Amino acid sequence: MLAGENMLRSFKDEIGHVLLPGDAFLFDLPATDCKPGKVICGPGLRRNGDVILVCKSGILRHKMPNLFWIDAQQRRYVPAKGESVIGIVTGKSVNVFKVDVGGSEQASLSYLAFEGATKRNRPNVQVGDLVHGQFTIANKDMEPELVCVDGGGRASGMGVFGTGGLLFKVSLGLSRRLLAPHSEVVKDLEGLFPFEMVAGMNGRVWVKAQSMQQTVVVASLLESCENMSAPQRKVLFRRAAARGGS
Amino acid sequence: MANDNATKLSKNLLRMKFMQRGLDADVKKQLEEEEKRIISDEHWYLDLPELKAKENFIIEERSFVPCEDLVYGRMSFRGFNPEVEKLMALMNKNQADQEEEEEVEDISRMETDVTDEEMARRYESLVGSMKKKFAKKRERSNIEDEDVNQSTTVTKVKKVFLKPQD
Repeated sequence: MLAGENMLRSFKDEIGHVLLPGDAFLFDLPATDCKPGKVICGPGLRRNGDVILVCKSGILRHKMPNLFWIDAQQRRYVPAKGESVIGIVTGKSVNVFKVDVGGSEQASLSYLAFEGATKRNRPNVQVGDLVHGQFTIANKDMEPELVCVDGGGRASGMGVFGTGGLLFKVSLGLSRRLLAPHSEVVKDLEGLFPFEMVAGMNGRVWVKAQSMQQTVVVASLLESCENMSAPQRKVLFRRAAARGGS
Repeated sequence: MANDNATKLSKNLLRMKFMQRGLDADVKKQLEEEEKRIISDEHWYLDLPELKAKENFIIEERSFVPCEDLVYGRMSFRGFNPEVEKLMALMNKNQADQEEEEEVEDISRMETDVTDEEMARRYESLVGSMKKKFAKKRERSNIEDEDVNQSTTVTKVKKVFLKPQD
């Protein structure tokens, strides 16, 4: 399918509009500055020579100065470098754990990728444990690799976490909404009872509250607020808070 | 080897380090040039014009994290897990600091860390005590009142063995 001049529109006009896969955009350089501007294509956009192609259907979003991405609904996670996820340890190998992160293949987590781990000092991880880690390698050609330690060698909250609690799956959009800065959902959650939560970008959320009942309440609230509007959600949360705390 | 009057040494032997110490500078230069010529003849290279990498104006980014500025994944509400709440404050402060980096430029002090003055004070006393620990017994009395910032040095006479006069 030839992309003629009349089909190539400017990117900036389409911010906030719904785009479909196959739409093509010609990148127009703001040639006034001495340095030509760069454009960063986020998830949902691909580069094909000098043309930007849309590969997911959704709304085009923009962030200053030059970042564009497609905001789309999805339940299936695709590993990406730098994202922090919750994984389930499924197997142990010579010096590597096999972790299921919800992607197309299992990720590997080295024994030495924990804080204070050496060859003699093995980390205390069993099959079936939940780990919170970040991807160092995640592309379509290689097996993804996780680490539970940050660049400076500190754990900073990653690694095996929590006994008890409940792990459940939500859509990727909701997990992103939970992790957004100044998120509305988080503010509503603060009004409930005390509990702790770990949200992974692969759609997995782990919740733990004081009693089993409260844990289940929070889990079902989060699962159901996927498709609710903000007022509906606030009503629901207020009802739960009034009844909860038992 | 004992055939000639002057034994003929192989080129490899001559190139060894101990054989080259006695050579002059000129002879050394000649040898080096010969070696370079030998290398360049055998050295393979591609006979192509210099290619410049095309500068890409479009960068692909696969992760959502920079797009929406997502915060740290672990959260605790109403004090359920105080360690996680501390972590939350730390990680989100780092993120907020990174955003404000261009506007504000001051030395940010973390509440849990030791301040610089305290650190300097601690080190001052530490250096003195460690020095005392490893000094010999006779020098330990000399170290008694030593202040690093003082410029006057008190030199005590070191006790030496005096031969008994017979």
